[in-house]
Amino acid sequence: MDKLPKWVDVALIPLINLALALIVSGFVVALIGEDPFNALSVMVRGAVGSTYGWGYTLFYATNFIFTGLAVAIAFHARLFNIGGEGQAQLGALGVALVCLALPWPHWIIALPFAILGGALFGAAWAAIPAYLQAKRGSHIVITTIMFNFIASALLVYLLVGILKVPGSMAPETARFPEGAHLPSARDVLAVIGIPFARTPLNVAFLVALVCAWGVWMLLWRSRLGYEIRAFGQSEPAARYAGISPLKITMITMLISGALAGLMAINAVMGEQQRLIQDNVLGAGFVGIAVALMGRSHPVGVLLAAILFGALYQGGAELEFETSVPREMVVVIQALVILFTGALDGMIRRPLESLFARRKRSTSGVPAE
Amino acid sequence: MTAPAIELKGISKSFGPVHANKDIDLRVMPGTIHGIIGENGAGKSTLMSILYGFYKADRGQIYIRGDKTEIADSQAAIRAGIGMVFQHFKLVQNFTVLENIVLGAEEGAFLRQSLARARTLLKELSEEYELHVDPDAKIEDLGVGMQQRVEILKALYRRAEILILDEPTGVLTPSEADHLFRILEGLKREGKTVILITHKLREIMEVTDTISVMRRGEMTATVNTADTSPEELAELMVGRKVLLRVDKTPSKPGEVVADVKNLRVVDSDKVERLRGISLQVRRGEILGIAGVAGNGQSELLQVLGGMQDATGEVRINGEPIDLTGTKSDARTRRARGIGHVPEDRHHEGLILNFHAWENVAFGYHHAPEYNSGPLMDNRAIRQDAEAKIAKFDVRPANCWLEAKSFSGGNQQKIVIARELEREPDLLLVGQPTRGVDIGAIEFIHEQIVALRDQGKAVLLVSVELDEIMSLSDRIAVMFDGRIMGERLPSETNERELGLLMAGITDTDREHSVAEIEANLAHVAGKVV
Repeated sequence: MDKLPKWVDVALIPLINLALALIVSGFVVALIGEDPFNALSVMVRGAVGSTYGWGYTLFYATNFIFTGLAVAIAFHARLFNIGGEGQAQLGALGVALVCLALPWPHWIIALPFAILGGALFGAAWAAIPAYLQAKRGSHIVITTIMFNFIASALLVYLLVGILKVPGSMAPETARFPEGAHLPSARDVLAVIGIPFARTPLNVAFLVALVCAWGVWMLLWRSRLGYEIRAFGQSEPAARYAGISPLKITMITMLISGALAGLMAINAVMGEQQRLIQDNVLGAGFVGIAVALMGRSHPVGVLLAAILFGALYQGGAELEFETSVPREMVVVIQALVILFTGALDGMIRRPLESLFARRKRSTSGVPAE
Repeated sequence: MTAPAIELKGISKSFGPVHANKDIDLRVMPGTIHGIIGENGAGKSTLMSILYGFYKADRGQIYIRGDKTEIADSQAAIRAGIGMVFQHFKLVQNFTVLENIVLGAEEGAFLRQSLARARTLLKELSEEYELHVDPDAKIEDLGVGMQQRVEILKALYRRAEILILDEPTGVLTPSEADHLFRILEGLKREGKTVILITHKLREIMEVTDTISVMRRGEMTATVNTADTSPEELAELMVGRKVLLRVDKTPSKPGEVVADVKNLRVVDSDKVERLRGISLQVRRGEILGIAGVAGNGQSELLQVLGGMQDATGEVRINGEPIDLTGTKSDARTRRARGIGHVPEDRHHEGLILNFHAWENVAFGYHHAPEYNSGPLMDNRAIRQDAEAKIAKFDVRPANCWLEAKSFSGGNQQKIVIARELEREPDLLLVGQPTRGVDIGAIEFIHEQIVALRDQGKAVLLVSVELDEIMSLSDRIAVMFDGRIMGERLPSETNERELGLLMAGITDTDREHSVAEIEANLAHVAGKVV
């Protein structure tokens, strides 16, 4: 098939997909008797119309960057890690254990250890499916999704037992010590004199940006990344080049799990400040859509994560300000995932033939 | 005068900026065997795809038996009496021959009636054309030659009057190919028209009545087979004079580089693929391994290249190498001086979606000159890639193009450049010129001979007997995971090698053709 210009592939197609999703959403909103234009403007204003909106948008986006990168790096090795949800839950456990272990004097000391804890626990949760895939050929899609349920059950078990505060009714851990609270964007920006609304956006956002840069360096600048990409393209070729499929599968999944686990830095250490049962809130699955829409490139993941963050935050505002029900917000998000992820080919094919025809007519071939 | 069976007038087809077919005129008379020859990418397959309704021509008309015909899809082609036998068979492996023949041409609501009708018709057809196949055998149990007959029967069952065969002998032994040609002669006698697409000069000379030559999307000539020669055809294909024989001096073998003893490989289905291979390759010689595809040559290359575990003993320059475990991987082999041009450059030798420069480092990406500290030195790799691309005349000379955008010959040049420039002590070469155009074949052969003349050892595996005969200094024939014998190219001929390839040694020459074929089918059945 003819190749598309790069800008079409990375910018035009996602934008058309997004526009289509919004148009269909508009019809759906109109069907339940609401004004779609009003709904859209509420969503946009809610998501990016104020520092409050931005704060929440970027807070959600931070979660999606971590889980999106986790899925993206696995995609490069042609591994479909849909266990981001479970790995993030275990990461939350790791972060919580680190935060509760010591009376941390300052967040700057606590953060590296929390990062280590989240990454290790997330990676450990990905290690078993990875090993089963590499050694026994158990399909990673099946095993990772099953591990999501195990993770959830494990967390419930721990939260109603060992980790619960004695005498408390709530299935959650004690609050983290003061020294394990990450400063919010409001605190940080206040130092340089910029006013910002009180939102859960915190320094974990910067950790996410560093991770995105790190993933880019890893994939396109390091030998390991070269091997991961080569293995993802062709396993026989990898063996031909002396790349061990076992090693690459394991390492890639460990990195993927670690990235998913790091999400807890934002959600648990940055916001919830204790370990609760439902700490991931579906971000593991949104990560799949983010990676798909971002073409598995860290920059794409970043942009897609911000878009989905805006959808989350705008959706919440929509629910709050209009009578569009919560379910409708989920429908809109689902439509975006559907169009950007699953229905990508619907737009791509016609565009490809359109560009092929245009190229032909401009390359001086008689048109008749 | 009778109308031509097929007449094409002014057929043109472009894909983007590429003119696959430019203003093609072709007349094929009924009851003849018409050859279409051309290099890869000359547009043969596109033309046949237009004729079979896979592509629609941008311009031009098709006349079948004098009537202008629109061929919108393959159903229309079948209705027009055109049958196609593809290079890669389109058969359902776990269906019987009969079920495959009926598939897509069932009549009525019940399969049983169609099958019964097909059985009678099949019997008539096989007797008429010497196309004997057991209708109840499963495809997966049949050898490739048999499977090809099923494909031909499929076309005839659909009442094809015009049969197109795309590279039909690629997977056959010489004797199977001869049998196929007898079948084609039979079809011709019955008044059918056969179009044979190939790039093999020898067989097209042997079996056709007329030959059309294609080059770069154009039909450059149509000649009577009787009035032409292989040299003329090669020149018409390439557009310049070509050396069909490799120009090389006699070899001066030195000490042993690779010493292989009793190599055995058992695959995951517990089938023994290598049954005790022993061979030696010396400095300054090319050892050619001849054989029908699937008789263990691939496994031999993969074991030596570090892609597959094995038992036995292999010494390189006198030092044993690990055949299992972590030190049996391709990286360790490269460090021991083994270069490898793999059989399947699309799935092994190259990462098609990588840039050319990334592919130049492939397998050698740990080399110190490609790295600075913990990161890869992409600029150094690109510089090296540009130098290699220039030296091996890879076209287009753009290291930023993805490997898949190069033609087969240029892709192979990238692989050859990468492996040969490392000056390995032992070079493994699998199918060096498969899917490579004639001009590049010459170049690649020269490079391999040049490496030999530097005093390196070369192990060459090819299913092209011509290539083995002209390039090797010594020939070993593999059959069913064993080496059937070694010959010197000057003291043997294609007939003798062909018999060895079919598993017949001197002692049992008297075996009948049928037995040879049964033998082959048995082996191929295991392979498929």
